[in-house]
Amino acid sequence: MDIFGIPIQALMGQLLIGLINGSFYALLSLGLAVIFGLLNIINFTHGAQYMLGAFCAYLMLTKLGIGYWWALAIAPVVVGATGVLIERLMLSKLYKLDHLYGLLLTFGLALIIQGIFRNEYGSSGLPYAIPEALRGGNNLGFMFLPNYRAWVVGASLVICLSTWYVIERTKLGAYLRAATENPALVQSFGVNVPRMITLTYGFGVALAALAGVMAAPIYQVSPQMGADLIIVVFAVVVIGGMGSIMGSIITGFGLGVIEGLTKVFYPEASNTVIFIIMAIVLLIRPAGLFGTQK
Amino acid sequence: MKRKLLSLLVAGACAFGASAQAQISDGVIKIGVMSDMSSLYADIGGPGSVVAARMAVEDFGAAKKGMKVEVVSADHQNKPDVGSSVARQWYDTDKVDVIVDVPTSSVALAINQLTREKGKAFLVSGAASSDLTGKACSPNTIHWTYDTWMLANGTGSAIVKTGGDSWFFLTADYAFGHALERDTEAVVTKMGGKVLGKVRHPLNTQDFSSFLLQAQSSKAKIIGLANAGGDTTNAIKGAAEFGIVKGGQNLAGMLVFISDIHGLGLPTAQGLIFTESFYWDLNDQTRAFTKRFAPLHGGKYPTMVNAGVYSAVLHYLKAVEAAKTDDGTKIIAQMKSMPTDDPLFGKGSIRADGRKIHPAYLVEVKKPAESKAPYDYYKVRTTIPAEQAFRPLADGGCPLVK
Repeated sequence: MDIFGIPIQALMGQLLIGLINGSFYALLSLGLAVIFGLLNIINFTHGAQYMLGAFCAYLMLTKLGIGYWWALAIAPVVVGATGVLIERLMLSKLYKLDHLYGLLLTFGLALIIQGIFRNEYGSSGLPYAIPEALRGGNNLGFMFLPNYRAWVVGASLVICLSTWYVIERTKLGAYLRAATENPALVQSFGVNVPRMITLTYGFGVALAALAGVMAAPIYQVSPQMGADLIIVVFAVVVIGGMGSIMGSIITGFGLGVIEGLTKVFYPEASNTVIFIIMAIVLLIRPAGLFGTQK
Repeated sequence: MKRKLLSLLVAGACAFGASAQAQISDGVIKIGVMSDMSSLYADIGGPGSVVAARMAVEDFGAAKKGMKVEVVSADHQNKPDVGSSVARQWYDTDKVDVIVDVPTSSVALAINQLTREKGKAFLVSGAASSDLTGKACSPNTIHWTYDTWMLANGTGSAIVKTGGDSWFFLTADYAFGHALERDTEAVVTKMGGKVLGKVRHPLNTQDFSSFLLQAQSSKAKIIGLANAGGDTTNAIKGAAEFGIVKGGQNLAGMLVFISDIHGLGLPTAQGLIFTESFYWDLNDQTRAFTKRFAPLHGGKYPTMVNAGVYSAVLHYLKAVEAAKTDDGTKIIAQMKSMPTDDPLFGKGSIRADGRKIHPAYLVEVKKPAESKAPYDYYKVRTTIPAEQAFRPLADGGCPLVK
């Protein structure tokens, strides 16, 4: 049976692959949505922090012999700590000013971080092996599904949904959402607002680093890896709606699938289809698909 | 009084005569190394090519011969418009005499055109498209190191001979990918093979899973990678993950550099077969060069593109010394008239269509157990002699060839 000339088996395979790519978009855009949606910081350093997570995992493996599973836990903490430093020392000074200053700062930081790593490690990328437990795969009949990719989809679904749950359904999340809407009032209740903001930024950065560690075995660990992805992730966040956590998760997965389908029917456009969708969405619903007009 | 005036005039005439000897514009030979300094091809040409150019200037002994040579560099970011505007500024304002390297065929083709208009010189080491010595050939350009025809003929025919007679192409969607796909398809069909399908991917693609899936369902024996740099390594990594080789298909890397193998690691890259025109471990001279090059380039070993820049700059300076001019068209003609000889490519020559001729090497990547030192990656399977390695002069469609 053929759909538009593509056998249904091949199409199902492409949909699954689209879902897998979408899970990376979802993880990354989740961190960005948390930082932008809640803190109103346009964090252009997100791509560089994703790259730092992958490099952390690589360096831990080559210099310290620490493997993938430990890296999943340690790298986000390390990179999240650097995020906390950035927020304390630099970003917090810019809250009173226009958003654009935060954008400029984070963009500049991204260029510096990427430049330093490119100087040290070149641009060809470095090898990072898939962990033993996740090698190989299963033949599903319509395609061969590597175990590692199945793990990526599963793990990112779990992380995305639990983050959404914490922010939307728990007391801690409620404090955070209140703190960003009306910091003075929440502070007067005795909640330490600046610390919450710092930790939230650190958490968003840690999410980016986690995505980086998960990407290391399948994409090349290279200083450029973040730069290539960050533009797409911003588009995902914009389409999903800047304030909406669930919006960016759904959009991330959805756009992964659409990009996957484009690669089958018209591969030359696979780079640009997300931006075409972004343009259309912004024309029809300027606040994004799930966003609320602020 | 009359005698004094006469002797003064004669002295003045002698002074003019002396300065007419060196017709090098503004007394400085300026070499511009333009490359991808920051993106997917940076480890292939990039800062390494600048190091190679400087080494060539030093080895030529410019200072001792009283010639002033300057090396400048720029990043074209793989964009023809950026490359063109840098080249324009170099030629018009900064008095650059020759542009060297330029990986990314689309940029090279643009600069090829511009150099011809300005009457300067262009020595291509990084770009691959065989059109540079074919329908786009120019009296101001020499194509060094390699081209898509050499790759297609070396790798393509070797693979078809060993039974790989059905192909599926993964092609980078721009000038280079199209040229490489076209030349390889021609070789495959000429030798009786079939091309079962092709898919074009954007330049600098991270994830090839979707394209590899299409390649898998085509059931072609060989998946030809008509791309380079980061695209090739990402495709190879993806293929390892999706069990392509276990499923009975093989990959043909049409353009692979030692920097790619270094980035992939031998466990993933072992067994790959491809064609190059330089390897650091070929002989004592290449090894000696590499020993000097590596410390200047962060410990990284030279790719064939870096080696080509060294060879081209050396020959260029010899030609300038002989012809005593830096006029682009004249120098290129001078370079074509002199046979080449350098420690990296040995003896060679340059044809009327601007194609530099030297032997090519079919190499296979060693297994991890066979490698004794870093960068000890290749086994040389065959040496293709210079006359057979490149497209015959008459077949290119170059208007310069009568």
